[in-house]
Amino acid sequence: MRGATILKTSDDKTRQLNKHTLLAFSGEAGDTIQFAEFIQANIALYTMRNETDLGPSAVASFIRGELARSLRSRKPYNVNLLLGGMDPITKQPSLYWLDYLASSAKLPYAAHGYAQYYCLSILDKHHHPDISFEQGMKILRMCTDELQRRLPIDFKGMTVKVIKKDGIVDMEYDTSKQVLAA
Amino acid sequence: MDTLLAQYTQSPYASEGLTSEEQNDYTETLPPLSLKFALPPVSRPSAFLRAATDDYSNPNCPIKIAHGTTTLAFRFKGGIIVATDSRATAGNWIASQTVKKVIEINPMLLGTMAGGAADCQYWLAYLGIQCRLHELRHKRRISVAAASKILANLVYSYKGMGLSMGTMITGVTPEEGPALYYIDSDGTRLSGNLFCVGSGQTFAYGVLDALYKYDLEDDEALELGKRSILAATHRDAYSGGYINLYHVKEDGWVKHGFMDTNPIFWQTKLEKGEFSNVTSELI
Repeated sequence: MRGATILKTSDDKTRQLNKHTLLAFSGEAGDTIQFAEFIQANIALYTMRNETDLGPSAVASFIRGELARSLRSRKPYNVNLLLGGMDPITKQPSLYWLDYLASSAKLPYAAHGYAQYYCLSILDKHHHPDISFEQGMKILRMCTDELQRRLPIDFKGMTVKVIKKDGIVDMEYDTSKQVLAA
Repeated sequence: MDTLLAQYTQSPYASEGLTSEEQNDYTETLPPLSLKFALPPVSRPSAFLRAATDDYSNPNCPIKIAHGTTTLAFRFKGGIIVATDSRATAGNWIASQTVKKVIEINPMLLGTMAGGAADCQYWLAYLGIQCRLHELRHKRRISVAAASKILANLVYSYKGMGLSMGTMITGVTPEEGPALYYIDSDGTRLSGNLFCVGSGQTFAYGVLDALYKYDLEDDEALELGKRSILAATHRDAYSGGYINLYHVKEDGWVKHGFMDTNPIFWQTKLEKGEFSNVTSELI
């Protein structure tokens, strides 16, 4: 978005950090990609130097540290992040919610911005720790349907990525069907 | 010319199935602004009021009006469900946890309260009076459409003078069936199947929209109303306290309890496994 103009409808607002961690970002234009790619490069550097991947909790700690440093600098990054990852050793999935004030929270489900107001109540009700992938996609559909129904914004499509044990998969996700309020 | 004009002009009440006598009643006698309110002795009372009460633009304002709410109402095949929380806040202060936000206008009509507590209580009581006068004058119950329009016209006549209310008027009448109207102090009046009003509205909409359908059974509908308010009290700091639950049917409304949210929350979490983000783990 630039003013009231949509510049691109298929902008990927995620960056893959290593084989099994993905960073999704929102916030100030420019800051978002600069910060995400800065993190991406540093994680890549770590992987090359040590010939081992950093786990999600370590990545989250590193990002949080960088955000905290930036917050007290002359020009802080204004970026909000979601970090998802599979731990390469324990094979456990984890999700971290980070904001521009350098808060970091490990959560079972998370959102940023207005989506929080509409989706968290749905996730509070329908999320259980042991749901299957199909049930997870159903809950995601409930969330995106609600956003399409109630937010006065047309998203022009959404990006859905799944972090699995053996890597990150792009999902086909159709939001062309109109969702109307009851 | 006048007859020609009348032919092409429609009374604002024509579409609501009222007799021409009733239409006259509404168009000519309303709103009766004979109620004498003392105004502040300043040149622009409404600006003065805003300066003294608008928490948003001036956090140090001397008067904090009770705000913050979640209320919902939805139509379904068995009537209408009305549910609210019970918290009143003035700024960051929880002023009360036991507010009755469902206002029983009469044994047939219910109103809900969001925005300024005083405005809602006062004007819905006033609406109750007008509805009773209608019954006495016309020997039959007022329609929900007409009742809601009395309130909408009233608040519109005070537009810009600092009224703050977001209310839903519900009732079931033989001619309308289950009827639900949303009215706010901007003068908006909407009929619809489903409304949530207040600072917790988005959270209630989230749960309600996902599971709402018109063909709900009575017990399912009551449970959904209750669960939607619970969702809002969990996420919205300005909502909480007790869940006030009503079912409106053709022969009047039925109250289904004024229930403490805390035990309901823990029951929902422990028995159904919901609210999985609430843990006692240290991270």
